[in-house]
Amino acid sequence: MSDLKISNLCKSFPGMDRPAVNNVSLDIKTGGLIAFLGPSGCGKTTILKMITGLFQPDSGDITLDNASLLPIATENRGVVMVFQNYLLFPYMNVSENVGFALKMKGVEKGEIDKKVKEMLELVKLPDIGDRKPKQLSGGQQQRVALARALISKPKLLLLDEPLSNLDAHLRDEMRELIVTIQQKLNVTTVFVTHDQEEAVLLADNIALIFDGELQSFASPKEYYESPINERAAKFFGGVNFLKSNIKDKQFETEIGLISYNQKNTNELLSNHLLTIRPENIEISKTNNFKDNYFSGVVTSIVFSGTNTRYKIKIKDTVLDCSVQSVGKKEISQNDEVFVHLPADKIWGMND
Amino acid sequence: MDNNLKKSNIYAIYFGSFILILPLIAFFINAFSFRWFYPQLIPKELSLQAWVRLKLIPKEGFRTLDGFIDLWLSNPTIIKALVNSVTIGIIVTIVSIIIALPAARVLGLLNFRFKKIIIFIMVSPTILPPIAFVLGLNINFITWGFSGSFWGVCLVHLVPIMPYVVLTMTGIFANYNPDFEHQARTLGANKFRTFYLITLPAIAPGMVVAALFAFLVSWSQYLLTFLIGAGKIMTLPLLVFSTASSGNPALTAAISIVFIFPAIVILFFTSKFVSGDSSATSGFGKL
Repeated sequence: MSDLKISNLCKSFPGMDRPAVNNVSLDIKTGGLIAFLGPSGCGKTTILKMITGLFQPDSGDITLDNASLLPIATENRGVVMVFQNYLLFPYMNVSENVGFALKMKGVEKGEIDKKVKEMLELVKLPDIGDRKPKQLSGGQQQRVALARALISKPKLLLLDEPLSNLDAHLRDEMRELIVTIQQKLNVTTVFVTHDQEEAVLLADNIALIFDGELQSFASPKEYYESPINERAAKFFGGVNFLKSNIKDKQFETEIGLISYNQKNTNELLSNHLLTIRPENIEISKTNNFKDNYFSGVVTSIVFSGTNTRYKIKIKDTVLDCSVQSVGKKEISQNDEVFVHLPADKIWGMND
Repeated sequence: MDNNLKKSNIYAIYFGSFILILPLIAFFINAFSFRWFYPQLIPKELSLQAWVRLKLIPKEGFRTLDGFIDLWLSNPTIIKALVNSVTIGIIVTIVSIIIALPAARVLGLLNFRFKKIIIFIMVSPTILPPIAFVLGLNINFITWGFSGSFWGVCLVHLVPIMPYVVLTMTGIFANYNPDFEHQARTLGANKFRTFYLITLPAIAPGMVVAALFAFLVSWSQYLLTFLIGAGKIMTLPLLVFSTASSGNPALTAAISIVFIFPAIVILFFTSKFVSGDSSATSGFGKL
């Protein structure tokens, strides 16, 4: 069991006009793989450093299994952090690096050697124990850092930007390795990233943080389909936004009335925003839609492999729509087309 | 080595080094000669007479192991001066590094207001002539009862030493990543072990250089020892001066060799840390 609970955490640094972390509360269940996502400087690494004990929070609490971590010294917290640049100790070889945590615990030498061997096999680097960190590639260093972090069976594993220093082709490999190992050892893992794609691919749940404040804590799917506000939607690649008011159980927008299936519309204020993913918009030259269709003009077409992106102007509004390239009827620039916004895909949110 | 460096440049360097070493060669010949006067190009007769008079080597006929031990245990001035110089040097080296470590860490890792001014104040003893501050210090030391004491001399040696030690160590910390320490902490190392296993190996080369500076600066202090020691604390530089004023070239040469010997030995063993590639010296660029 290792449930991490963060409650009302605040931290300010002198010389900053806003708190680095402002009233963040989170509940993370055992075995979860959680991403802290946000642009750089949003406070996500600060939270990690408070969990490890490098920083003390100004107020709030962090508990692991219902016991507060704050009075415990870093080395006794059972929380291990892997830093962005791996930080393998340069004076030790790979085996000594990996075995470091066990040596600190006073485990006997033969036992350490055995465990080190196991860990290096787990990260698929069985034969490099005698090498110095300098002689390893970036990907290998990352794996060694992971092995070193996991050898002492921490209750909580923290990864700071685990993939950002790797080449593109190494990332996929490393991502799979992290997921496999995380599931195998069932260690609660929190990682920090500024890359929404990385967060979506890896995490069960994403904590989105802007300017030190937690925006929402939800599954990746929810961020795509029902974002909490415009900024969150934009962070996940949302491009279509329409100003709207509710009128007679329909969204009233500048392109016309749109019917919806959304349940929580009573929470929407007047002058809210609608959004829809480009890939959820349907277009056709002939009108075979029953509802929520509008006629517009194609202003640009961009072919990007699997999908083709169309910009369609309806009255004064331009909507982006992304359609599978394969088997698509020919639509060319300046054609008049019908645009369908499916009622179950359109999403209204307060700003 | 740059391949474009012309041969004449290399010869110029050899020549320059030769000029620097020339006085040392003259010292050596002088120290082991007997009555070497102008216009003789080389001395007519070699002898150990200067060393005997310094009481470092026993008289002829007594040059056995026992003879040496007896002579040195009789505690002649030179042995007293050597022992004083070495112990003062070692004490102030250790103390200066312990004092400089936290200061250098803050100066190297953090940026704050007035940092430049603080660094300037710290290096000011290297700019001021010692006579400017030692007279004032001497008055205070007399009132505090440090004058003429061993510990007073140690204390005053710290004044010219601290700038070198702090600056050298600041250089190390400017290139130092404190995240390594935190990494070790999260892996279960306590503060003491983190310092011993992570910090110390990283800063050791720079500490060697700093210690070298500290010891040599202390080793060559004349004025401060002379005034604060009030003549009671005899160190090697004091003996060198008084011997040199006696006008015996062989004796002066011999004691000068004793004086420069540790510098050469220390430099020989630590030269790899002082070279440009060492982590100890590369940090200066960031200051």
